[in-house]
Amino acid sequence: MAMLEVHDVHAYYGNIHALKGISITVEEGEIVTLIGANGAGKSTTLKTISGLLKPRQGHVHLNGEDLAPFSAHEVVYKGVSMVPEGRGVFSRLTVSENLDMGAFHRSDRGGISADMERVFDLFPRLEERRTQVAGTLSGGEQQMLATARALMARPSLLLMDEPSMGLAPVLVESVFDTIVDINKEGTTVLLVEQNAHMALQIASRGYVLQTGEIVLKDSAEGLRENPTVQKAYLGID
Amino acid sequence: MAKTSMNDLRIPLRLGLIAGGISLGLSAIGMVALFGQRELVTNVLTLGEVILLAAPLLLAYMSARQAPEAKAISAILYGLITGIVAALPLVALIVAASTLDLRQFLPNVSPALIELLTFNQGVIAGSLILTGVFAATGVLAAIAYNLPDQIRSPLSSGLLWTLTIGLFSEILSNRLRAFFGSGINQILFDGKALNPFAALALFIVITVIAAFWGRRKETVQEQISSLPPARQRNLRLASIAAGVVLLLILPLILGTYLSEVINNVGIFALMGLGLNIVVGFAGLLDLGYVAFFAIGAYSMAVFTSNGSLGISDLTFWSALPFCVAISAFFGLMLGLPVLRMRGDYLAIVTLGFGEIIRILALSDMLKPVIGGAQGILQIPKPPFFGTSLVQPEQLYYVILAGCLLAAFVSWRLSESRLGRQWMAMREDEDVAEAMGITLVSTKLLAFSIGAAFSGLSGAIFASKLTSIFPHSFNLLISINVLSLIIVGGMGSLPGVVVGALILVGLPELLREFAEYRLLMYGALLIVMMLMKPEGFWPSAVRRRELRSDEDDFTEAGALANEAGD
Repeated sequence: MAMLEVHDVHAYYGNIHALKGISITVEEGEIVTLIGANGAGKSTTLKTISGLLKPRQGHVHLNGEDLAPFSAHEVVYKGVSMVPEGRGVFSRLTVSENLDMGAFHRSDRGGISADMERVFDLFPRLEERRTQVAGTLSGGEQQMLATARALMARPSLLLMDEPSMGLAPVLVESVFDTIVDINKEGTTVLLVEQNAHMALQIASRGYVLQTGEIVLKDSAEGLRENPTVQKAYLGID
Repeated sequence: MAKTSMNDLRIPLRLGLIAGGISLGLSAIGMVALFGQRELVTNVLTLGEVILLAAPLLLAYMSARQAPEAKAISAILYGLITGIVAALPLVALIVAASTLDLRQFLPNVSPALIELLTFNQGVIAGSLILTGVFAATGVLAAIAYNLPDQIRSPLSSGLLWTLTIGLFSEILSNRLRAFFGSGINQILFDGKALNPFAALALFIVITVIAAFWGRRKETVQEQISSLPPARQRNLRLASIAAGVVLLLILPLILGTYLSEVINNVGIFALMGLGLNIVVGFAGLLDLGYVAFFAIGAYSMAVFTSNGSLGISDLTFWSALPFCVAISAFFGLMLGLPVLRMRGDYLAIVTLGFGEIIRILALSDMLKPVIGGAQGILQIPKPPFFGTSLVQPEQLYYVILAGCLLAAFVSWRLSESRLGRQWMAMREDEDVAEAMGITLVSTKLLAFSIGAAFSGLSGAIFASKLTSIFPHSFNLLISINVLSLIIVGGMGSLPGVVVGALILVGLPELLREFAEYRLLMYGALLIVMMLMKPEGFWPSAVRRRELRSDEDDFTEAGALANEAGD
């Protein structure tokens, strides 16, 4: 049984039909990526999984359990954590307060401080700035903080929305290295990216979205070799 | 001086015109003349002159700061020009008033105002004197700018304190007479203002004390921080104990009139503490907050009134929990429909809710229950072991207890899980939800706890006044409470008290100027937003957001202390 199973999901923003029958499966331990242009429905798919948006049709199963009756904050309890697009850190709170918020639903103090040390190992930069206000961090550091905060919920599935957005190329690389590290520690990752080149290097499988539909699915290697993908998303003629 | 070209002189010219415009405006709307009736120092200085000279003083200081060279002389030149230019609009007003009949369209340009502006010396001599005084003010401001900080700041606190004491002469002399007889009182005060020699002496004494304290402050702070931790804790406990004792004996010091003022401050501070939870902690802008105040007051009235509308024999104390619970319930009821609204939309809906409650109270439909426009009468004062708390000095303790309870609950909540839920929600609702925070219960709890505090305040208010009418619960109260939170500092508990003292206490003490109350409110809010957007006593989070330099805090604390006295 797949860890996450999204089956024939239709979602709307008012009257706008944003997702037209999306089906995705993610196995435990994988990195799976959704690539596509602006407005293809990538972020909408993540919102539907995390419960911020309810599908009008179709279902989302996590470890065999239907997520439909659960609201967004309950989905977090089920082990799904999201790194929102545009980072979405609490800009007026300090780095460590932000991380505390990530562990909001947990009550095991020992475990929380152990996890705090763990994310500081992953992101030494954040440890240096733990008392700094998040709004004054650089873009790359805010992305690190958003990721670290999501990890504080100790998720089994991490949803990442465009972690490379607005970052310098050298930072993009380090962000992707961290994603691999997180995955190696046992967290399954569903990654939404416009930077298809990078995403397909670390993912095991990928889906290509276009105007709310999945037009292609294959192994990452297969997608990298695919001439349509090369032309449209990798800039190779 | 030779180097200052015409181009550079635009700065003092512009600032001078702004200062002149402000002074002209204050004169034309009648503030200067009305305030001129209040003497600060007998036969020397009135409040009217103070507000007339305040703008030239401040703007000449600003212009001296922008003078091109580090030399004192260019700063003084700038101050002089600013002062002279600032006088020009007023000279024009004097001349115009002597030749034309300005009162047809500027009714406040009265002979009294012109007399005040010309120092009773006729048009030409008076204009020259006025220009001279403004020029001297400008030069003084520039000199003050050139003084080293150790001298300037004691001088300015000496000046400010002396003026403040002069402003409140009547009340202070009253209290002095009550405690020390008329001896010391006659030395300091002539009737309703400070004696000139006493004013000078006070100014010198305060300046010396301020200078001494300014020099010793750091060493004292160092001494305290170098004490062993146990001693430090004792010191802190001792200062808390001193504060508690002061709060407990305050009505004895203040007397009946000031106790009444402080009670009004307390009623508003209690409401402010509640709204602070809704707006300051949870970030939900509620403009109809007076509704819960009204609900608390009407509940108390209906439960305890001895008149025809009273429905039970409950006493104040046994009715109080019901009043609070009913208000909290209505807070929940308001919360439910607005759960999905944010920002401006939420503000509009809550505004409507406040009006609905007021109009219901006025309506004929509910007249048999809550009395319509005639309100509810004969509400008994709170009983206390056989007697009843009638005097303001006695009611003070009821209000103090309410405020302390609300402050304690707010303080514990702000440190709790719920407090952090509110904080996260205020920052970003979506991200908060993605962190696992239940928005529904978090919002509803904020609304109903906030409403409960307001209901408590309303219940005490009803019992204090012994009769209530719908017009006591208008929109202005909501705006007042919101303003006091903004002035004090959003999300800060001491800030609420400071805000209530400034926005409720001060206007109460300056009742004779009540017609300018809203104007001064507006001006204060604008100045606050420009100069000190985080409030007089901000919470840590707000200060972090709006200020990066930390040393500002001590200044804010000092200001707040001044305002508190």
